Amino acid sequence: MSSTPDLECRAISKSFKEFKAVRDVSFSVPQGTFFSILGPSGCGKTTLLRMIAGFQEPTSGDLLIKGRSMLDVAPNRRPVSMVFQHLALFPMMSIGANVGFGLRQRGVNKADIKKQVEAVLERVGLGGTSDRAVSSLSGGQKQRVAIARCMVLEPDVLLLDEPLGALDLKLREHMKIELKQLQSEFNTTFVYITHDQSEALVMSDQIAVMNHGVFEQVGTAKELYYEPKTAFVAGFVGEANRFHATVDSAKNGIVNLKTPEGKTLSGLDLGRGLTNGSKVDVFVRPEAVRLSRNAKDITKMGNTGKGTVENVLFNGANSQLILRDATNGAPLNVALPQTGEFRDLVVGDNVHFGWEPEQTRCFEHQGA
Amino acid sequence: MKLKIMLSTVAIVALSTTAQAETLRLLTWGGYAPDEVIAKFEAETGHTVEVTKSNNEEMIAKLRATNGGGFDLAQPSQDRIAGPQAEFGIYKPLDLSKIDTSLFIPSMLEAAKGNTTYEGEVYGVPHIWGTSGLIVNSAEASDIKDYTDLCNESVSGKVSYRLKRATLTGFAFAMGMDPFAAYDDEAAYKDILDKVEAKLIECKANVKAYWDGGDEIKNLLRSGEVVAAMAWDTGGWQLNADNADINYVAPESGALGWIDTFAIPARGRADEAAYAWINFVMKPDIAAMITESAGNFTASQGGDANVNDDLKQRYQASFPQEAIDNVKWYPVVPAGLEALEGAALDRINAAQ
Amino acid sequence: MKSDKSKLTFWLLLSPLILWLATLIILPHIGMFFVSLREKVGVREYETSFANYAVFFNEPLYWNTFARTAYMSIAATLLTLLIGFPIAYYIAKLTRGRTKTTLFLMCLIPFWVSELVRTFGWMILLRETGVISQVLQYAGLVNGPVEMLYNDAAIMTGLVYTSMLFMVVPLVTTLDSLDDSLIEAGYDLGGTSFSILREIVIPHAMPGIVSGCIVVFMLSLGNYLTPILLGGKDSLWFTGLIYSQFITRFNWELGSAFGFLLLGLSSLIVFLGLKLSGQSLSKTMAR
Repeated sequence: MSSTPDLECRAISKSFKEFKAVRDVSFSVPQGTFFSILGPSGCGKTTLLRMIAGFQEPTSGDLLIKGRSMLDVAPNRRPVSMVFQHLALFPMMSIGANVGFGLRQRGVNKADIKKQVEAVLERVGLGGTSDRAVSSLSGGQKQRVAIARCMVLEPDVLLLDEPLGALDLKLREHMKIELKQLQSEFNTTFVYITHDQSEALVMSDQIAVMNHGVFEQVGTAKELYYEPKTAFVAGFVGEANRFHATVDSAKNGIVNLKTPEGKTLSGLDLGRGLTNGSKVDVFVRPEAVRLSRNAKDITKMGNTGKGTVENVLFNGANSQLILRDATNGAPLNVALPQTGEFRDLVVGDNVHFGWEPEQTRCFEHQGA
Repeated sequence: MKLKIMLSTVAIVALSTTAQAETLRLLTWGGYAPDEVIAKFEAETGHTVEVTKSNNEEMIAKLRATNGGGFDLAQPSQDRIAGPQAEFGIYKPLDLSKIDTSLFIPSMLEAAKGNTTYEGEVYGVPHIWGTSGLIVNSAEASDIKDYTDLCNESVSGKVSYRLKRATLTGFAFAMGMDPFAAYDDEAAYKDILDKVEAKLIECKANVKAYWDGGDEIKNLLRSGEVVAAMAWDTGGWQLNADNADINYVAPESGALGWIDTFAIPARGRADEAAYAWINFVMKPDIAAMITESAGNFTASQGGDANVNDDLKQRYQASFPQEAIDNVKWYPVVPAGLEALEGAALDRINAAQ
Repeated sequence: MKSDKSKLTFWLLLSPLILWLATLIILPHIGMFFVSLREKVGVREYETSFANYAVFFNEPLYWNTFARTAYMSIAATLLTLLIGFPIAYYIAKLTRGRTKTTLFLMCLIPFWVSELVRTFGWMILLRETGVISQVLQYAGLVNGPVEMLYNDAAIMTGLVYTSMLFMVVPLVTTLDSLDDSLIEAGYDLGGTSFSILREIVIPHAMPGIVSGCIVVFMLSLGNYLTPILLGGKDSLWFTGLIYSQFITRFNWELGSAFGFLLLGLSSLIVFLGLKLSGQSLSKTMAR
């Protein structure tokens, strides 16, 4: 293994007329990594992926695979393969012919093609289906054929364009695990784009959060979740309650904030250098908020309050409460602990809540 | 009061005309029923006229398809009446008492009556006559004197004629044979056809295109793409008016003379109007108008008197007395003869 | 009760089609079939026999004319496909919105005038004193006038021009339904333009290709004006033969027999074409 990354982008940009879809994005993906690009639709992630695949030419910047610039290499000559959003299996061919397509283009002889196709189908758990029609497969099986069709070519990088989007929820959950497994089995570099944070969080070694054509933050799932570097990441990755506030005082890394309605909050500066009077966006995760029936239990937490239950969204492990803050009337989402302690809460009940200052994430407000 | 009388008079007049007025559906050739003649006829008789332009073959085909219905008066050539009548029964006998025979040139009337008689009944009276021969651009093809000269090397690729029976007949005469004499002897006629067929196949390389309609051949001659053609006399005279080099020439072996007639379809519904039309258009002054429009002379007694001098001069230039004497008038085509000719024409068409 | 009512609705909805088929297509054909079985033995005397059909097979002239017509029609069909495919591909895959509509309309424009006018248009262009000949002379590319009319190439030009729309429309429809990502997937997996065309685009477009070819072949075979007017003295076309039997020879019996032979033989050719391309009529027409 050399230390050359499998994929490297250097200040790559793409403009469509006036619109800049991708702006100066640089990153590198080491061999064998499951790398996800997570972002809302229209953030430029698909454009970025298509540039890597070769279907679109970058306006500026460079793109290297295994240290070799790909700018002048046509898509059919690049050592990358792509799993398309709707898989793009060839309906006019059998499963075996689909998987063998790339090998046929390389001029591999028929007997070898047959052997390799059978082997790769075996690896994705579809041995012996080579003569069947694509339409006879279930959604998950098609997924595996699409991956097999790429993997049989042993690409340096496998690109995946939201391939799970078309599947139903249950199958999607299952395929997340399976994809991750396949990736470690093949030990190939995967570049996976999605707008679904749970897909990215579960599978990836590295995640890039993309917005408005730039990478907001690149890191592991945990880093993004626990240490978001920007307001966008804090809001996009995981759930969060969001407030506007003004810095009241900042001292020794601790900031005190005041919402326009007069509620005080306390949080950590984390080296952002917030100053008195600056406007900030505040994020608090529902799962960071503690509930209590009496105020005493939580007085030691940096932020406390009292609220009325406005709604109970019961969803098993993901159940939530929507509280109306008694002081400022702002709604607050709180994760319902699964201990059963609060199972009897009903709409209209009053309850106390609180969270630690380190759970209060403040980012200087962008724009006006 | 006055108004009331006027209104009732108008009503009576209108009523009386509608009682007799019929619609005459006329199946004829282009130029045989000019608009001003129709307008005069309608004003004079109260009948209305609907014109359908056609040619010999189409007239027969159309009438055959309806068993002689759909039209009230047709104008086939005199040689194409007895045969189709025997075969398909598409015409009804003429009531000669309703026709003012004094308007016709007697010799022509008698000839046409004779040629259109089937089982003792007369089916046609003559209207317009003319010839087909050669139209030659004398500046480029002065050596073309007869039909067979069209096969000369000098005019290769610049010649046109129709793939119709007239061509077979003309070539037979030019080759020194008499096809009309062989009409009643199928074997002899077949023999003539075989020779003509061989000649026309040999001649095919000379032909630019077989023409089909009068405008087509005039176009080819006017543009100079064709310098000699077998065609109708009127076309030649019309072209001569624009280009003095081009004129109609009566071939040495004789122009082919045809007479178009009036015949009443078997299921015609407006016989009164049909007879009225015949008597109307044969009047000398009307006949002259039709000659101006069609370019050919009529069988009307004295009908050529009012024709303009230009046309007369062109006619006389093309037809010195000996040429007129040499015109070969089509005799009646016996039933079944056309099948033989058709097969020969098909083979000529297919030859490479 | 309810099923009775829906049955009635079904038949009422179907009746225009049945009427249409029966009165305008089936009845005339039955009539023509009986006419074709009449053998003329004398004036107004007929006998029932297959003599008219025998004429076709015994006279090489008619046979050859049919063979030539079929062969030229097949050639015209293939040529139309060859020219129409890139056009259809361009319209379906490389254009969007207004451009697409405009291009489609441009394919339609020739059909705003009658076939006769269209054919005369070609005659004006191709004839010896025509536009192309004069432009070539003016440009100094040729010394004398060139005759481009009255040959097989002129017939072919006319047929292809007349048929283009009927090839392009089904092709655009099928190519439109080809997911762009299939083509991209082909490239991504190392395919060349040619192998993608052969293995992905053409197999997908096959139903459109076949239905376009059937329509164009039938139209060419049944065309009358174009071959007669543009072909000149060598234009031997089977429909011309039928026309002359009906109109100039008054031989309806033989004309009818020719009509049926045209129907039968062209159906046979279409059937063979379907077999060769491995398509079925139902599959092709269902798209």
